[in-house]
Amino acid sequence: MRHIISILLENEAGALSRVSGLFSARGYNIESLAVAPTEDPSLSRMTLVTRGDDAIIEQITKQLNKLVDVVKLQDLTEGAHIEREMMLVKSRAVAGDREEIKRLIDIFRGRVIDVTDTTYTMELTGDSDKLDAFLRALDPKLLLEVVRSGSNGIARGERSLRA
Amino acid sequence: MEIREVELNGSQIFVQCLKEEGVDFVFGYPGGAVLHIYDAIFQQEEVKHILVRHEQAATHAADGYARSTGKPGVCLVTSGPGATNAVTGIATAYMDSIPLVVFTGQVPTHLIGNDAFQEVDTIGITRPCVKHNFLVKDVRDLALTIKKAFYVATTGRPGPVVVDIPKDVTDPNVRIPFVYPKSISMRSYNPTVKGNLRQVKKAVDLMLDARRPMIYTGGGVVLNNAAPQLTKLVEKLNYPCTNTLMGLGGFPASRRQFVGMLGMHGTYEANMAMHDCDVLIAIGARFDDRVTGNIEKFCPTARIVHIDIDPASISKNVKVDVPIVGPVGPVLDDMLKVLDESKREPDAEAITAWWEKIDGWREKDCLSYDTQSKLIKPQMVVDKLYEVTHGDAFVASDVGQHQMWAAQYYRFDLPRRWINSGGLGTMGFGLPAAMGVQFAYPDATVACVTGEGSIQMCIQELSTCKQYGLPIKIINLNNRYLGMVRQWQEFFYQGRYSMSYMDALPDFVKLAEAYGHVGMLIDKPGDVEAALKEAMALKDRLVFMDFITDQTENVYPMIPAGGGLNEMILV
Repeated sequence: MRHIISILLENEAGALSRVSGLFSARGYNIESLAVAPTEDPSLSRMTLVTRGDDAIIEQITKQLNKLVDVVKLQDLTEGAHIEREMMLVKSRAVAGDREEIKRLIDIFRGRVIDVTDTTYTMELTGDSDKLDAFLRALDPKLLLEVVRSGSNGIARGERSLRA
Repeated sequence: MEIREVELNGSQIFVQCLKEEGVDFVFGYPGGAVLHIYDAIFQQEEVKHILVRHEQAATHAADGYARSTGKPGVCLVTSGPGATNAVTGIATAYMDSIPLVVFTGQVPTHLIGNDAFQEVDTIGITRPCVKHNFLVKDVRDLALTIKKAFYVATTGRPGPVVVDIPKDVTDPNVRIPFVYPKSISMRSYNPTVKGNLRQVKKAVDLMLDARRPMIYTGGGVVLNNAAPQLTKLVEKLNYPCTNTLMGLGGFPASRRQFVGMLGMHGTYEANMAMHDCDVLIAIGARFDDRVTGNIEKFCPTARIVHIDIDPASISKNVKVDVPIVGPVGPVLDDMLKVLDESKREPDAEAITAWWEKIDGWREKDCLSYDTQSKLIKPQMVVDKLYEVTHGDAFVASDVGQHQMWAAQYYRFDLPRRWINSGGLGTMGFGLPAAMGVQFAYPDATVACVTGEGSIQMCIQELSTCKQYGLPIKIINLNNRYLGMVRQWQEFFYQGRYSMSYMDALPDFVKLAEAYGHVGMLIDKPGDVEAALKEAMALKDRLVFMDFITDQTENVYPMIPAGGGLNEMILV
């Protein structure tokens, strides 16, 4: 099953590699990983998407908690949560395709953020499934470049992850 | 906090911090990146530096010191190859949860990342085999980092911590006010200090329900100095107790309730009792694959209580029914209290019947061996070593058949006497580890049970032993084979002994003598006891005893790969 794990960790050199190293050393998979400092510059917040059965997810959270740089973590999948990923897409856009692509990005509530005679660059935000769906809908022959941020997540309501 | 008006440079701060931590020995080897530190070490007496002959030995010696004393072992090595040579020892300590603080020199901060002379990414290389590591980039962070390093290494589930110190951080010309923090707290590191009492009560209830109980204990009991509590618990309940390889000495081997070591080379009675038990009480043990055998067949009828300081060890390999996260000692204290207050008693009738069954398994006498052989049986050497030393020696071992025989036949009554690389299985560990023990206990008998394969992996330390006059007794069980490899090749590769024969062995007697020690060659069973006595009488000399043993001897019992604990190969 897919799990989204939020991690608060010390914003120190090497902290990220401790997390990624743990996953490779123990053979867990990382679907995506997004990390940046928080409002407290001594802390980073990481959102990690992984897959595994209950026993593996239990081990992953325990092993993460064991890392000295990890301050706190939360498996967002255990409760109501919001997940957002941002994607930049560059596509070939000439003649009739220009209209077609514009319509498509509107349907997905994305935006065209850069235009040239031959290309569109678009921005799209949503959960990962929505971004996947957009890429499926776009003619693959037109696709030039895809950049995805990896998922970010936060719990709904009162539940929050603080140091 | 006491503020002292002293200005020190980084090297002096380093030495001062070690004094504050009560460090008496540093095992190390100098080199370019740590020369400033070595200059500071030269100018004081309190912290004694032990010069090894290879950095791997520095880490093993510090490890042996830590295992035998319970205090953290400390190493100092230079950058680059100094650090990489130390990695095997660091990984060894990591696998067995041994508290080490390893200081590695690093190239000056402005050269880091430049492929400078003797530069490696020590933090990157050691990351997967340390509890934590630190790179000190500023001399003002040095004291606090060292404090943190000792704190992290010794608390919670202990482990090695590496502190990487660039050369400019120890510059003798940069002086700053020195204050050593008296205490420390880290928001991201809060080890558990007590178990949950409700879980303890649940565990006690389950334990008193047992009709076929089994107490299975590991290195956690030794590390947390909980042998007295464990002994009290076992005696009180009169339940059978088995130790893992790492747990030997956690419960006295001479007590009736001790059924021997369990696992791949465990006793018949221990493994059968594990397989048949209905309540398993796992204490400071981690269900290692060498203990469980085939996990699908492990303890099929047992409900399981598991006490461990590390939550990640619980339900990792085997799902447990009553987990208790906490240090073994305090949890056992609580458990004993709950038992005392409980109105219930163990089911006497069921326990008696259970003991009858176990005694039946004991009658197999699975550790018996041919005592009439014309060749020296390795088991007999360990047996005699036990007799001659009255079971009171520290026994360090290397890795292989001799390690298993030492574990099976030297019956440890006390914790911290059995010093071996259980998790990583590091050949070359024995001699340097014995050195660490001998430094800690200069008057004790320290034996290193080894083989002709393992001993050659750190043989250069005979030189260190000479320099410091360490009277270690090396028991070399020399069968001219990498015995454990040979045994597996005999059992599972139809006797194709690929690369397991040790050709061109040195004359160990002459080798020992060349290093300035006493060498003895023993090739007749009748000479074993007298030779051991003669060696032990040489109180102030290292004696290298080369025992020429039966080449075909195997370690029994043995559980082949994929087997359950009840599927042992016996003699």
